[in-house]
Amino acid sequence: MEEQDLKLDGNAAAGLFRELFAFELTTARGRCDNCGAIAEVGAVAVYANAPGSVLRCPKCDAVLMRVAANGGRYWLDVRGISWLEIHA
Amino acid sequence: MARAAVLGRLIWQLGEVAELIDETPRVKTLVLEIPDWPGHRAGQHVDVRLTAEDGYQAQRSYSIASAPEYENLEITVERLDDGEVSPYLAEELVVGDKLELRGPIGGYFVWEAGQDGPLLLVAGGSGVVPLMAMLRHRAATGADVPARLLYSSRTLEEVIYRDELDRLSATDPALEVHYALTREQPEGWSGYARRVDEEILRETAYPNGEGVAFVCGPTRFVETVANGLLAVGYAPERVRTERFGPTGG
Amino acid sequence: MSFVSRGFHGKRRDEGPSGRVPPGQYLVDDFPVLSAGPTPRTPLEQWDFAVTGAVAEPKRWTWDEFRALPSETVTKDIHCVTKWSKLDTVWEGVSLDTLLEDVESAAEYILAFCDGGYTTNLPLEDVTDGKAWIAFGYDGEPLDPEHGGPARLLVPHLYFWKSAKWVRGLRLLDDDEPGFWESLGYHMYGDPWREQRYWGD
Repeated sequence: MEEQDLKLDGNAAAGLFRELFAFELTTARGRCDNCGAIAEVGAVAVYANAPGSVLRCPKCDAVLMRVAANGGRYWLDVRGISWLEIHA
Repeated sequence: MARAAVLGRLIWQLGEVAELIDETPRVKTLVLEIPDWPGHRAGQHVDVRLTAEDGYQAQRSYSIASAPEYENLEITVERLDDGEVSPYLAEELVVGDKLELRGPIGGYFVWEAGQDGPLLLVAGGSGVVPLMAMLRHRAATGADVPARLLYSSRTLEEVIYRDELDRLSATDPALEVHYALTREQPEGWSGYARRVDEEILRETAYPNGEGVAFVCGPTRFVETVANGLLAVGYAPERVRTERFGPTGG
Repeated sequence: MSFVSRGFHGKRRDEGPSGRVPPGQYLVDDFPVLSAGPTPRTPLEQWDFAVTGAVAEPKRWTWDEFRALPSETVTKDIHCVTKWSKLDTVWEGVSLDTLLEDVESAAEYILAFCDGGYTTNLPLEDVTDGKAWIAFGYDGEPLDPEHGGPARLLVPHLYFWKSAKWVRGLRLLDDDEPGFWESLGYHMYGDPWREQRYWGD
């Protein structure tokens, strides 16, 4: 299995996001707190083959967001995102 | 333009298998009747969950193949040899069986008639499924936005929806379908006979990166094509990708 | 009981010989690859391993210096928090006792740090006295990059997220500091035999 194969698109986390948020997160835009790049969440890199899902900036690979889902509990870390712009 | 209306809770629903269609030797379409299905947009997917008697569960995502205008929901599944879920879906399920699923999911990799064109769709293997939903939706709404499908497959026999694609492109002057057969080509084949590369993209993509492009398939294929589209003039915001990854079994 | 899919059995889940497989785990034949990011590719000429932090004198080894240290081959069972276990895995590596031999420190904890930014925390006493290695070989071959090569931390008595891939050093600390997964709700210690998967377990 190529290491590349483990990298998915933000869309791959869409189901998990639907469990957590009342709005569609993949079309929200965010700013990477590390390099300032702005992208829609659907366009970021997702590594989901791990104890949790890790979303990384498509430009600089910095961690944007992490989510772990363990038997009814969710752990959410969004420190890598400066802000999220959500269309309501 | 992306809208994000407040979504309902994503709940598990039971669908009933109404029909099974053999698309290719390894690929089957499941036609599902789902009461209270809320509708979907072309490009979205569903999560399918299987539960064994001892409570063990396995879950996978499958792109919706049907257009939103269809009566029933259709998903197209490729049986992976070492898969856990796909062999069950493609070989064990019979008409009348129930299947647990939730959706529709995904707001990013979607296309709706009325959005700007032209529309470039690039498919690697079973990555054609969500793109087919887009083409079916386009046909069902009578949209005349120019569209091109570049479909990479190992052989002609493995091309999914081939008859339908041939019919659609023959009857719709605004739709072009190009195949790249990478492993084996029939005699007299005049289409592409190699993996999709920048040169093929330069010839099939719309000039100056006009419109929007959707790319779907195995991760490596998507990376190559996405980079190639940038090289032939597409702006990054106009290329939407859906990588399948290794866990699609 | 919720819905059951007629005729679905899933992959055969072997719970293994009793006593060797911790609670909630099942055996696998392959070696699953889990990753939180892209695989780092540090050339060996640029690789080094450092022991830093609350030490009298930081230490550093280049790849050649590291490989010149005495190493050993060990056979261990490994257990991943995502529930798979693999028995009798064979590793070649340098014991942390060797690397920490001349390190003077009153620290009680370490934070392993890695290429790509991954970190994990452990009590110092859990990586000494023959309990941990910096492994450069697996199953008789150089360690594959997707499994952490050129070198990874190996601490088999704890959940395998503690066996940090692409390790580049240890920072000795006076206090326990949560690493990558520990700061997302995973257990600070991670004993598979007490099923310490998540914070609060």
